[in-house]
Amino acid sequence: MMLEMVLAAPAETTQYMIAGYTVIFGVMLIYVISLNVRYRNLKRDYDVLKQMEEESE
Amino acid sequence: MEPKPKLLTILDIITVVLLLIATLMVFFYAPLEAVMGQVQRVFYFHVAAGWVGMLGFLVAAISGVIYLVKGNRKWDIVELAGVEIGMTFAFINVVSGSIWARPIWNTWWTWDPRLTTATIMLLIYAAYLMLRAGIDDPDRRARFGAVYAIIGFLSVPLTFFSARLFRTIHPVVIGSNQPGSEGAFDMSALMLQTFLFSLLTFTFIFIDLLWHRIRLGKLADEVDQLKLKVYE
Repeated sequence: MMLEMVLAAPAETTQYMIAGYTVIFGVMLIYVISLNVRYRNLKRDYDVLKQMEEESE
Repeated sequence: MEPKPKLLTILDIITVVLLLIATLMVFFYAPLEAVMGQVQRVFYFHVAAGWVGMLGFLVAAISGVIYLVKGNRKWDIVELAGVEIGMTFAFINVVSGSIWARPIWNTWWTWDPRLTTATIMLLIYAAYLMLRAGIDDPDRRARFGAVYAIIGFLSVPLTFFSARLFRTIHPVVIGSNQPGSEGAFDMSALMLQTFLFSLLTFTFIFIDLLWHRIRLGKLADEVDQLKLKVYE
């Protein structure tokens, strides 16, 4: 009876599920942050260059 | 420089809401799998990430063809966006699969046909980025990149069909039951609904990220042109 209960129970794999979703959300978050940072840096460059262009005209 | 379109903001909000619902469905709506236990829940986003990876590479290949036909730089920007997003999600797919494999196959990694072709696919696109980084002339870079994206796309159907064509322990969940595969399982109705909703959600994530990445590429192009103008 006890053996049947043990065999019927799903494997204890919660830690792996947590690790899997940490990777999934972690990588997605890093990518979104990288897009944001790159956009902000380019925007700053754009503003500086635009200002330099106006000053040279 | 274009201001952020309202439609993109709306898409951002819809995507976040969909992701929230999909996450709740994965953890609270989909039933616990009888043999593998909680780790099976990785399946929903693992496959969806693989789908987005392949979608990104498909967009890149199509953009490559259009660039070679029309020669318009904007298609090079779309192509690069497709590859970058594709690589990010293909990486998620491979790593989350490895984590799932550990308790089910009793190993983090095995050189199974599906895992091998997926890794080759990732390396092919990593080489694409390296190739682009090594070419200074934008037109030449775009032309070489387009040809590479088209040829590199051959690795995508090979990866997709590898679990069907070769002897593999990787389960084919959609369209075929392989009782011999370690980790194969029959999807219940609730599991199928969660899976399809996850695919829909990740498709929205892809469109949203692609739009953002294209905007980034366009801005980078404008900055390059301004640099040429100012420093001349």
